[in-house]
Amino acid sequence: MAITQLSVFLENKPGKLYEVVKRISEAGINLRAMTIAEVRDFGILRIIVSDAKKAMEVLEDDHIITTTEVVSAVMEDKAGALYDILQALESANVNIEYMYAYTGEVTGSANVVFRVDDIEGAEAKLREAGVEVL
Amino acid sequence: MTNYYQKEIETAPREEILRIQNEKIRKQVKHVYENVPYYRKLMEEKGLTPDDIQSVDDIKKLPFLSKADLREAYPYGLLGTDLNDCVRIQSTSGTTGKRVVAFYTQHDVDLWEECCARAIVAAGGTEEDVIQVAYGYGLFTGGAGLHGGSHKVGCLTLPMSSGNTERQIQFMMDLDATILCCTPSYAAFIGESLAERGYKPEDNKLKAGIFGAEPWTEEMRQSIQKSLGIKAYDIYGLTETSGPGVSFECEAQAGMHINEDHFYAEIIDPDTGEVLPEGSKGELVFTALDKEAFPLLRYRTRDICVLSREKCPCGRTHVKMSKPMGRSDDMLIIRGVNVFPSQIETVLLNEGYTPNYQIEIGRENNTDTLDIYVEADPSKISDKIADIQDMEKGLASAMRTMLGIGPKIHLVPPKTITRSEGKAVRVIDNRKLHD
Repeated sequence: MAITQLSVFLENKPGKLYEVVKRISEAGINLRAMTIAEVRDFGILRIIVSDAKKAMEVLEDDHIITTTEVVSAVMEDKAGALYDILQALESANVNIEYMYAYTGEVTGSANVVFRVDDIEGAEAKLREAGVEVL
Repeated sequence: MTNYYQKEIETAPREEILRIQNEKIRKQVKHVYENVPYYRKLMEEKGLTPDDIQSVDDIKKLPFLSKADLREAYPYGLLGTDLNDCVRIQSTSGTTGKRVVAFYTQHDVDLWEECCARAIVAAGGTEEDVIQVAYGYGLFTGGAGLHGGSHKVGCLTLPMSSGNTERQIQFMMDLDATILCCTPSYAAFIGESLAERGYKPEDNKLKAGIFGAEPWTEEMRQSIQKSLGIKAYDIYGLTETSGPGVSFECEAQAGMHINEDHFYAEIIDPDTGEVLPEGSKGELVFTALDKEAFPLLRYRTRDICVLSREKCPCGRTHVKMSKPMGRSDDMLIIRGVNVFPSQIETVLLNEGYTPNYQIEIGRENNTDTLDIYVEADPSKISDKIADIQDMEKGLASAMRTMLGIGPKIHLVPPKTITRSEGKAVRVIDNRKLHD
């Protein structure tokens, strides 16, 4: 099942990231994963939170937020783990727009997040290859 | 020792200038009334006939003309002569919908070039000088005006036009140019380019520069004078009144003498239109006293300045105007191009954006920068950087088409543009244009 990622458009100015994290924190929402893609004038903060709907509510009034369905796979903490996953996606001819990883809930594992052009195909192929998909 | 191009008139006693002005205005009002139906109608609405204007003191009775009139009367509505009598058209650097087309008879061209010749001589020009005209040539009045003035003085004229700095420098150095005419920002750029190539200010033969067509500060003057090793003189004019040379600086470098035998200047309150007493700060209004083809009476320049009749050490008796200190409308002059915020709004609406924006103008390396911040519609924003950059590029290109200059677009989240008391602050001008 694909999970919902929030992408927050941020101006590249002091305090902008702080404000977003503050709101999420004050709403008691857990920030499970985050990454920032940045160019000179702005960045896109991509986050996965414990409650996406609530996070939208506290931010959407004065932020540009988009939701994106992403694939999240569990990856073992060992050499070659990412290679196996990418090989599965490669064989399904799935294009990866971007990806990032965060520490998994089970010690010794990580979760890797993919923004892809074909979510269903990617997930099916990953399961077929024995990869746990969140 | 001060030189003059037309000493008699340039140093004429005040009464003599007044006598000339009074004689010319009577003739000019009659000429306009008889030949320009557009203005005749404006006079009739005020119940005026040429007989009501006997001297320059009566000019205050006449109706104003503004840019809006020029647009309405475009292109021939304010023409004062038969088109066959015209020999030239010039136009503003203007942008969509704001273009001004001005007509000249040979008499008008001569008059204009003489004004420019006075400016050149006031800057120390003689027939021995080599003048490098690096204003744009073409419809723009900058190149044509100084080129003509240079011929009148008998200088060797280098009709470079603007741009191609490499070639400017080559001609300047190889052909020993002594006077440079261009926009102040281009002069500063040439100065920097010379330094980059290892030239010292004393390596060139330049002695003076005549710079105008855009606002500049005393600080900028100092820096240009240092980098080029010259004296830098200001020159003022608008296409509507003929072009550069309506007024010019003398060796005192403190205010520009208005060529009062051709142009009558008033300072008015921009809100009430009332003529303000001498020495007041207000909007500059010009009446062309003897132009034939495009004889604008009481044309509102929208430039805010002060007139001074203080005795000038150069011996010229014509009234001096300060550098413009601002505008009485919302027009911005960016890289020499007239930009109205309303044009930016139009583009935003056309391109499907909300008109929540902020314009930030700066100056880097003596060139104006234009940044436009636009509040984006969240539903249209992608989570991919490339998509957002494409949106910004698309909008920048639409702006360039409309404005004539390319801005840098920054999409920002909704409600992030600074608002003061509910009203958005549209323009932030960080250039220090006025002292």
